[in-house]
Amino acid sequence: MRLKEEAIQAIDNLQNIDELNSLRVKILGKKGELTQILRGMASLSQEERPVIGKMANEIKDDLESKFSEKMQILKKALKEQKMQQEFVDVTIPTKISIGSKHPLTLVMDEIRDIFIGLGYEVVEGPEIELDYYNFEALNTPPDHPARDVQDTFYITENILLRTQTSPVQVRTMEKQKPPLKIIAPGRVYRSDAVDATHSPMFHQVEGLAVGEGFTMGDLKGTLVKFVQEMFGHDRKARFRPHFFPFTEPSAEMDISCIACAGKGCRICGYTGWLEILGCGMVHPNVLRNVGFDPEKVNGFAFGMGVERIAMLKYGINDLRLFFENDVRFLKQF
Amino acid sequence: MLVPIRWLKDFVDVPNDINELSKRLTMSGSNVEGIEHYGKEISNVVIGLITKVEKHPNADKLLVVQVNVGTEELQVVTGATNIKEGDKVPVALHGATIAGGKKIKKSKLRQVESAGMLCSAEELGFDDHGLPKEVQEGIFILPENAPVGADIKEYLNLEDTVIDFEITPNRSDCLSITGMAREVAATFKLDFNVPAICLKEESEKAAQDVAKIYIEAEDLCHRYVARIVEDVVIKPSPLWMQRRLQTCGVRPINNIVDITNYVMLELGQPLHAFDFDKVEGGTIIVRRGKPLEKLDTLDGVTRDLNENMLVIADINKPLAVAGVMGGANSEITPTTTRILLESANFLGSSIRQTSRQLGLRSESSMRFEKGIDPNLCLKAANRACELIEQLGAGKVLKGYVDVFPRKTSSKVVPFNPERINKVLGTDISADEMVDILNRLEIKVNTTSDGFEAIVPSFRMDITQEADIVEEIARIYGYDRLPITLPEGNVTHGRLNSQQKYLNDIKDLLVHNGYSEIYTYSFVSPKVFDNINAPKESDLRQVITLLNPLGEDHSIMRTTLIPNMLDVVSFNLSHKAHDLKLFEVGAVYLPKKLPLEELPYENKRISIGLCGDTIDFYDLKQIIETIFNKLQIRDYKFIQSRHFAFHTGRCACIEIDGQEIGYAGEVHPDVLENYEISKKTYLAELNLDTILSKASRKIVFKPLPKFPASDRDLAIVVKERILADDIISTIKEIGGELLEKVELFDVYQGSQIAKGYKSMAFSLIFRAEDRTLTDKEVNDIIEKIQTGLYEKFDATLRK
Repeated sequence: MRLKEEAIQAIDNLQNIDELNSLRVKILGKKGELTQILRGMASLSQEERPVIGKMANEIKDDLESKFSEKMQILKKALKEQKMQQEFVDVTIPTKISIGSKHPLTLVMDEIRDIFIGLGYEVVEGPEIELDYYNFEALNTPPDHPARDVQDTFYITENILLRTQTSPVQVRTMEKQKPPLKIIAPGRVYRSDAVDATHSPMFHQVEGLAVGEGFTMGDLKGTLVKFVQEMFGHDRKARFRPHFFPFTEPSAEMDISCIACAGKGCRICGYTGWLEILGCGMVHPNVLRNVGFDPEKVNGFAFGMGVERIAMLKYGINDLRLFFENDVRFLKQF
Repeated sequence: MLVPIRWLKDFVDVPNDINELSKRLTMSGSNVEGIEHYGKEISNVVIGLITKVEKHPNADKLLVVQVNVGTEELQVVTGATNIKEGDKVPVALHGATIAGGKKIKKSKLRQVESAGMLCSAEELGFDDHGLPKEVQEGIFILPENAPVGADIKEYLNLEDTVIDFEITPNRSDCLSITGMAREVAATFKLDFNVPAICLKEESEKAAQDVAKIYIEAEDLCHRYVARIVEDVVIKPSPLWMQRRLQTCGVRPINNIVDITNYVMLELGQPLHAFDFDKVEGGTIIVRRGKPLEKLDTLDGVTRDLNENMLVIADINKPLAVAGVMGGANSEITPTTTRILLESANFLGSSIRQTSRQLGLRSESSMRFEKGIDPNLCLKAANRACELIEQLGAGKVLKGYVDVFPRKTSSKVVPFNPERINKVLGTDISADEMVDILNRLEIKVNTTSDGFEAIVPSFRMDITQEADIVEEIARIYGYDRLPITLPEGNVTHGRLNSQQKYLNDIKDLLVHNGYSEIYTYSFVSPKVFDNINAPKESDLRQVITLLNPLGEDHSIMRTTLIPNMLDVVSFNLSHKAHDLKLFEVGAVYLPKKLPLEELPYENKRISIGLCGDTIDFYDLKQIIETIFNKLQIRDYKFIQSRHFAFHTGRCACIEIDGQEIGYAGEVHPDVLENYEISKKTYLAELNLDTILSKASRKIVFKPLPKFPASDRDLAIVVKERILADDIISTIKEIGGELLEKVELFDVYQGSQIAKGYKSMAFSLIFRAEDRTLTDKEVNDIIEKIQTGLYEKFDATLRK
């Protein structure tokens, strides 16, 4: 009994695993004190043996479990100590290496995703085009004043750099039967000197829906949906009559100014509205040019400038930044 | 186009709320681009009569003036020198406000009292440019009959609002005050009224007796009306006319020229006045120009004429470039006494061509280009004569000469209200549609089939039902059209697989730290020298623009490499450190030069890496990652040479044996050309091919049942032996049981002989149907070692 008490006290006081093991051996090992006592039971009387034996074994079990317990505690403490030494300063900043898509890609992708959700496919067309596809088929014969609005880069008399993505409308209608809904993103070119709001090369997204029974209400609804997805649900939209040779009726669509919510500011020229796209019902002549019967099918089309939308969406103030490719600009996206 | 409200009011009762006016007109098709308010702020400026002018006692440059302003006589000090006794001038009284909001107070100038200020035209808000030269400097001298004491604002009609409308190319009829008045009337349901013309024709003679008109180029001139005026007195036109012209941005010159401009602005028909005494034979011939013919135009430039230009001539010489500019030889001068007024209709495309050729654009040519109603010719000529009589500028001869070879009949456009409602998505009654059209002066007849619109001659843009739809919609109001989404016409929106793969490529690059760039498609012809391309290189077969914006943007790019190097160079010069960039874009490869058919637009991707601690394998890794993602397995990097790259660090990349691009370290000479001082790695790959070979087919393979056996193998070989060759040999010998071989270390250094390198491979063996024994694996290893020794003299690393 006395041994047990002494042992338990000793166990409690120990902090070291090695010492614990030594103590265990000292008490419970082959030559340990308790083992010796158990061996010494042979010299006890027959009545004493079971009683002492039982008590001794109980003490043995107790001490074993006490040793185990303490071992666990010490092992745990040791692990804890080791971990404390393996300290790491979690506040040191890391070097992030993430790239970026170009803001024009981000905007075109966003526009694309909105229209895919409305049932549109994405098509592309050549940037170097025939005069036929860029003008004639779009109801703009030679010497038409509408050609002045866009100064064109020419390669030969009939081959030019496309001034709008509308040629893709014609090419698509030549290949596909209605109903069809497509958007056509891509590069377009106009002879404009480079400044903060003009560039000889920029990007447009064109849209076209052709089938039976499209209405101008459908055109409005589709574009209002687009504008709300793109610029937020509190954005207002306004359609006003305009002119394009390849649509009739034609319209331009404005959105309520992002900066002043329509009150009037420098950004919107104090009108409260920002012009963002042109649209209209596809002109019957254009349908006839691709072999469709305007009495049977009709449709609507729209086109928007990607740089302009990106500048409005992100608050970029100088168009040249898009093509300068300064990484300090690119990495902001 | 600038439209002063006062002028507009001559024809329609314009609503007073300017904001409402611009809003509704914008919504009916005439977009308001700007509104200018003139003269609002001016107050307390009256007309005064100068009764005495004296030198200022204390200042050489000043005058002391006594001026009668009706209610009193005031003393004013002025620095002007152009005044004399008896002149009538504008006097700003004490407390007046002049243009710009400046307030005038009585003061003392060099100890002499000044009760106010005498005003110049600019101080009354006149824009300098619009004024005749005599008026620009000094005090604004008013006409003799100006009422003393009257408010200058009312007398000069100073207060006016001018709206700048955006007129679309199809609405030439809106390029006039009356045209816009018509639009206002239609939009607001008001009456549009052009007063009837009253002519006295005071001369005894008849125009037909003195003037002859011959049209030789009928295809280019559809109508020519001429009127003659004699006893012409050239003098300034009245202030009210000058003011109206100025607010429209036209400079007043003299009464005759001003009247022609006035009528052009009012009715939309350009007019020209010839000094009739300079028209030889009193004959006008409308013909094509002759080769080598010359004409000095009004602006003092000698022009070369040719057969493509329409010319107004007399029996001996050209007088004017029709519709574009008059000649100096028949110009109106202060001594002109007889004039021929030309009011003609010219073919728009011809005027446009001529205008471009000569680099001359005028208010006249701009209107002709868009096409004008031939019925305006006579009206405009008569109106001009009416004004000539009103202004006392001359005596109008009786009658006119009218040559009208190409008459057009009015257009009839059938339309169906049901169809129109269907297209607009509306439910407008037929009556309302007819009412709208009537408001636009489009009369409507009912027929057995439906309706037909009789299109007035001034609407040349209305030719078919779609045009009627637009007229109905814009007056009804685009804002009243419903907002719906298409019903039926169900289509499936998606990206095709190649578009998806391109997305995957971009995402992958972005996640690996690359930023996307966009560069111009047109470049300078100098780029090929900059990238070391030999003279015979195919890259130099380029498409050239006929009218580029400068040499730097004159050819269409045939490679993305120069553009990437430009961006690297630009960023380094702005102190960027490590650059990881990529561009997806087209290069333009002509099939044959000169270009006869459309070129091949090859979609490419360029990848650029620049930094202190990068090497070739960083570039190779991202390319291999892309191939891996797209399941492209059969690719090779082949040691190669390319003029833009370092000769020892360049790979040609093939997929399925097809060359798809190059990757490597940029040649030091090329780096020098671009002023790049850091090592740069670049790849240009053919995306069209890559996307066509990509796939994303996933078929599950069950996990292996039996364990693998792995071994490491380290060999020493000559340093020029390529990894690919060793690996293919190992694979060949290893056979089916060799599941994977990976090169995990290449070492050159102190422990290896010079000219040699050590390569360490980890090999993994596995059989599908059993666990391999050590002996089996060791046998294969031995065979591999032997094979490598025989082929490459490879020895085992100790």
